[in-house]
Amino acid sequence: MSEVTVKVGLASCGMAAGAMDVYRVLEEYLKASPKPVKLMQTACIGMCFEEPIVEFNGSILGQMHLGKASPANIVQILEDYMEGIAPQENVILAEKLDGRHNALLQNQQRIVLRNCGVIDPKSLSDYEEKGGYKALKKALTMDREEIIAEIKASGLRGRGGAGFSTGLKWSFAAKAASDKKYVVCNADEGDPGAFMDRSALEGDPHNVIEGMIIGAYAMGADEGYIYCRAEYPMAIEHLKIAIAAAEAKGYLGKNILGTSYCFELHIKEGAGAFVCGEETALMQSIEGKRGMPIIRPPFPAESGLWGKPTNINNVETWANIAWIMINGAEAFHAFGTEKSPGTKVFALAGKIAGSGLIEVPMGIPIRDIIYKVGGGMKTDKPFKAVQMGGPSGGCIPAELIDTIVDYDSITATGAIMGSGGMVVMDTNSCMVDIARYFLNFTQNESCGKCTFCRIGTRRMLEILTRITEGKGKLEDIDTLQELSENIIKGSLCGLGQTAPNPVLTTLRYFKDEYIAHIVDKHCTAGVCTALLKFTIDPDKCIGCTACARKCPVNCISGTVKHPHVIDESKCIKCGACQKACKFDAVIKV
Amino acid sequence: MEQDNTKLDAILNSYRDKKGILIPMLQAVQNELGFLSKNTMKYVADFMQIPAAEIFGVATFYSMFRLKQQGKHIVRVCKGTACHVSDADGIKAALIDALNLPKGENTTADMMFTLVEVACLGCCSLAPVIMIDDMTFGKLVPEAIPAILDKFRF
Repeated sequence: MSEVTVKVGLASCGMAAGAMDVYRVLEEYLKASPKPVKLMQTACIGMCFEEPIVEFNGSILGQMHLGKASPANIVQILEDYMEGIAPQENVILAEKLDGRHNALLQNQQRIVLRNCGVIDPKSLSDYEEKGGYKALKKALTMDREEIIAEIKASGLRGRGGAGFSTGLKWSFAAKAASDKKYVVCNADEGDPGAFMDRSALEGDPHNVIEGMIIGAYAMGADEGYIYCRAEYPMAIEHLKIAIAAAEAKGYLGKNILGTSYCFELHIKEGAGAFVCGEETALMQSIEGKRGMPIIRPPFPAESGLWGKPTNINNVETWANIAWIMINGAEAFHAFGTEKSPGTKVFALAGKIAGSGLIEVPMGIPIRDIIYKVGGGMKTDKPFKAVQMGGPSGGCIPAELIDTIVDYDSITATGAIMGSGGMVVMDTNSCMVDIARYFLNFTQNESCGKCTFCRIGTRRMLEILTRITEGKGKLEDIDTLQELSENIIKGSLCGLGQTAPNPVLTTLRYFKDEYIAHIVDKHCTAGVCTALLKFTIDPDKCIGCTACARKCPVNCISGTVKHPHVIDESKCIKCGACQKACKFDAVIKV
Repeated sequence: MEQDNTKLDAILNSYRDKKGILIPMLQAVQNELGFLSKNTMKYVADFMQIPAAEIFGVATFYSMFRLKQQGKHIVRVCKGTACHVSDADGIKAALIDALNLPKGENTTADMMFTLVEVACLGCCSLAPVIMIDDMTFGKLVPEAIPAILDKFRF
């Protein structure tokens, strides 16, 4: 019998779902009764909603991915698989069987994530088997200008969100005359609701490192930093392993692959400050200072880290480089639109069935992302909006669901492409509450340097909180708009300049919800507790007293076997009564 | 006190003559001592020959630095967008309830747990999520919280 391989996905998402238990059970089983089975680790294939995921290969059943794997029956499934017996349920992807999600992957195109969930991220030889470091070998034989020209021709745009031409950016740093230059990888993925960079680093760290070496060589930099947020311990661990392995193999360090080129790469752990995702703040932080943005120009390409020319790109941008060097700029243009070629990785989350990580060609309509790639809504409530770009972005409403995903079309809606967070919302989400949520975030994370950002966001948050509490005035809407304009004009960095976006887009598309909160004191989504009212339906209430016993403020009265009544003047709207009621008699209106 | 400083000196000396080391050095010090006290920050300032205010400025800017003694276990409740729309507030309320935290406090009286809010743990598809020390728990409901905490009460 040929050897069967079993791969367990052990990225952060898999671990949180209990993948390590599955791995240990398999490991112990194979130790106790040796079989021609190779047990391996991999990272995240992107279908986080099916974690833990185990991949089988090598029997007559062919390749098969099992979802929601459990330590209870994984050994039985392995034994069956080796005999050619397919599991009855939870086959999610398969060559020869009906995989539940076989169709989902067909609408994806994987460049950045091509190795994620496929190789063992801790193994350099796995990466090399997939063509790893061939791009570097090729680049080292090329002229530096030639490499930059190739990246320019590819049309790759910065995947951190701003969408600036990567080739152009590189050419600035390349032209700067200096004895010392730096390249930096921005892995300070701070947007709540985004985990693309985490997965790319956990799943294929060498791909990012190879991109950085190529870029550094092209720009003439000899030192680099990966600035990774400390909340991603596994990404940092995998990077450390990868850097050590690449150094040992001569891909990094002195005289790379026998040439005269030297490049040293360090990891810098962030310390928890969202603003450090902004490039000038990030550099301040690497230098050991408070991460506050500084005025541009001079741009980092002229004067960056320690005053030397510096080029900063996001994780996903670097992760595209090796692929482009091998396949060429033209192949990259085969995907995406004319102005936004290539693919984009998105983190799908919220009320969507297939939450996880996807990579799709640019130009795909949002509708296809949600209903084809993402498998549709998770609940039976209708789709209401998708939030893109995190705290700097906005909510795209259901009526714009056919908007295509490229930098320019998304910007036209008032949202931004951002780094790739996509949070899907149904009618149970209140748009005023979402705006308040993001303003709370930016208000907390504002570094305090610019007055409009520091105080303006606080005033906006106060107004939004007031509206969600039913104490808003119609003039508040004008004040929000005015404050937004001033914050955009009066802030130095992207954090402040984009902070009002969540408010502006919700005002643009969901103004009626603001008005309902202010005038009718009503929250359609039933989220804003201050505007809710709990009552008991006398026809359904059997007088079991469960609600009255749970009520923390004793505002429910009634006698046994008779309908109870809630005293609204005392009710704190905690909802404990509704949870306690087994007869659906407590209604939220 | 004497003993503390030997450990501290060893950490500080390992960073001697390197550039841009203040943040990683403070992280290492915090890992060893649990938090950054005023005295510790003054000691680091003397070592680096920079004003203590600069150290304090950095320590207060980044949310990872703690200026107070923390509980044995750190409970991080994720307030990311996906968690927010999946009732992270309910999870937080359940944590406060189960830990019996008085208003305005984030560490339990027995110094077992410290509760902190974090922006996003990056496990959005498992929302709502909490992280206790290095372990992540996902797809939570408020009712599940007490049992999870009990695993750490030792």
